[in-house]
Amino acid sequence: MTLPPYAELLALSVETAADGAPLLVMPFADDVVGRPGFLHGGAIGGLLEMAAIVAVQDALEAEGGGRIKPITVTVDYMRGGREKPTRAQGVVTRLGTRVANVEAIAWQDDRARPIAAARMNYLVVRT
Amino acid sequence: MLAPLRRGGGGVGGAGRSSGAQVAEAEFTPFDPERFARRGMGGHGARLGLTYRAHGPDWVELALPYDPAQIGDPGRGVIASGPILAMMDMATSMAIWTRLGQFRMQATLDLRIDYLRPATPGRTVIGRGECYRVARAIAFIRGQAHDGDPADPLAHVAGTYMFLDGPR
Repeated sequence: MTLPPYAELLALSVETAADGAPLLVMPFADDVVGRPGFLHGGAIGGLLEMAAIVAVQDALEAEGGGRIKPITVTVDYMRGGREKPTRAQGVVTRLGTRVANVEAIAWQDDRARPIAAARMNYLVVRT
Repeated sequence: MLAPLRRGGGGVGGAGRSSGAQVAEAEFTPFDPERFARRGMGGHGARLGLTYRAHGPDWVELALPYDPAQIGDPGRGVIASGPILAMMDMATSMAIWTRLGQFRMQATLDLRIDYLRPATPGRTVIGRGECYRVARAIAFIRGQAHDGDPADPLAHVAGTYMFLDGPR
């Protein structure tokens, strides 16, 4: 799976989750800091969006591929992101002909204690 | 809560500070988004190249210059949605402090962004964040982003922030 330049800006890398689905890791770095000692909300949001995009593209490839465009993204911030790696995974709740509904969560030490979660709707243009 | 100072001369770019500033005013410095931005908007803001553009009593406008490193759609050269989200998060945060007239620790509770159209490759994206209500514990914000024509926005945001020093 190839990631766009923006994923390099966040220094993201792809891991494989226990269920075989792709998962993204964002290392802590100055480039993603907001107020001192904490991740920038925008960087967390960007990570969640990339995790959602990776999940939709992974699901789309299984059905012949296609392009997606973001329509809406709603991020809930639950805990401050501290100075450690952050992981994020998207789950496609519905992959329709024209719209994909996705949920994504971001966590640090414990997946059961997310630092942020998001819901996204993507427009799907199948090839 | 400290009352925001009255601004002179249209309220853009801190124009009110230049003429006839009195000693009493100089002792109390209200939140100045332009100076705040010049000091740096955090590591991520610097990495994205965010700059101050303008502000009013309850709004702040930032600029996100086009940068190929922010591309999310390599086929078309369109920047990713993440940098726009980050700019709107910053602009709306600063709009709260500008409305309050002072910095206050706060955390984003939720932020919804609607992507109305892709940003035009090569163009600077301008984001205006507005704080339309400050309650005891929560501030409410909205904002829009465009890339040259405010009448043709590319994104719309709405969200809430919670103050970390407790309700007042």
